[in-house]
Amino acid sequence: MHIPDGFIDIPTSASFGLLAVAGTAVALKKARTELDDRTAPMAGLTAVFIFAVQMLNFPVAAGTSGHLLGGALATVLVGPYAASLAVTVVLGVQALLFADGGLSALGLNIFNLSIIAVLVSHLVFVFAKKVMPKNRGSIPIAAAIAALISVPISASAFALQYAVGGTGTAPASTVFAAMFSTHILIGIGEALITMVTVSAIISTRSDLVYGWRQERVTLEVKKV
Amino acid sequence: MSENQSSLKKFYFGFFIAAAFLAGGVSYYASSHPDGLEKVAEDKGFLETAKDSAVANSPLADYGVAGLDNERLSVGLSGLIGVAITALVGVLLFNLLKKKS
Repeated sequence: MHIPDGFIDIPTSASFGLLAVAGTAVALKKARTELDDRTAPMAGLTAVFIFAVQMLNFPVAAGTSGHLLGGALATVLVGPYAASLAVTVVLGVQALLFADGGLSALGLNIFNLSIIAVLVSHLVFVFAKKVMPKNRGSIPIAAAIAALISVPISASAFALQYAVGGTGTAPASTVFAAMFSTHILIGIGEALITMVTVSAIISTRSDLVYGWRQERVTLEVKKV
Repeated sequence: MSENQSSLKKFYFGFFIAAAFLAGGVSYYASSHPDGLEKVAEDKGFLETAKDSAVANSPLADYGVAGLDNERLSVGLSGLIGVAITALVGVLLFNLLKKKS
């Protein structure tokens, strides 16, 4: 879902660029609380893993493919602030070296994928954990739900950008409906990949999964 | 503690190898259909408003290595280069940010 240059006009792209800078500045400041000797390498590796899996487009419907966005996966593995930075690193490498996503559109893409997708994932994940049994098995499922919801919402953020500054002639409502419905399907793929990855990591090194570590800390405090 | 450290390193290494394997090997089998946004742009008639990126001539543009004709090699190698660069940038950034122990 990388927006190329040209889809959205320059004033709108620049405005979202400013929002992206502001969001990244907050993430840079707050990520310090999530990162230590063990989690800093994990955050870097999460970026690497997302870059790799974003290359793996899977078919979703006739003539359409999708790929992992990674916002939910990163949020669960390293926490929302480091997650946002990890996705931004991926988007930067892709836009600068692989011509994937436009340069003037980088702010739009950071807004949709590093900020909106991560924020939605975080909120849904925290809520899902609250209503589910407090055990390790709930984490991959909560992660999958967060992934599933984050993708169409992130796609809707594009529709919003299109409504404000789209250069095409199609009505914004049509673009919104098409983006939302297509990305529900892609969200299912996102949910599956996120669930499998989180399951695999939590079963080998549960201490490296931020979303579970937080839970364990709370449970231990309650026991005391 | 040292045993924990070595198992930690093993895990990091495994995670990295998994990513390298996906980007370097599996990526060749990825679907080449347009992604969700591209398909919507095509269907709703605004695909032609896209402009070439300023780095469209990058030697790695569109996940291939310029001059490599073998498709499998080209996409795989571009993936491995991407993995290496992302790792470099990621490790540098997150190491700078982490709390000093």
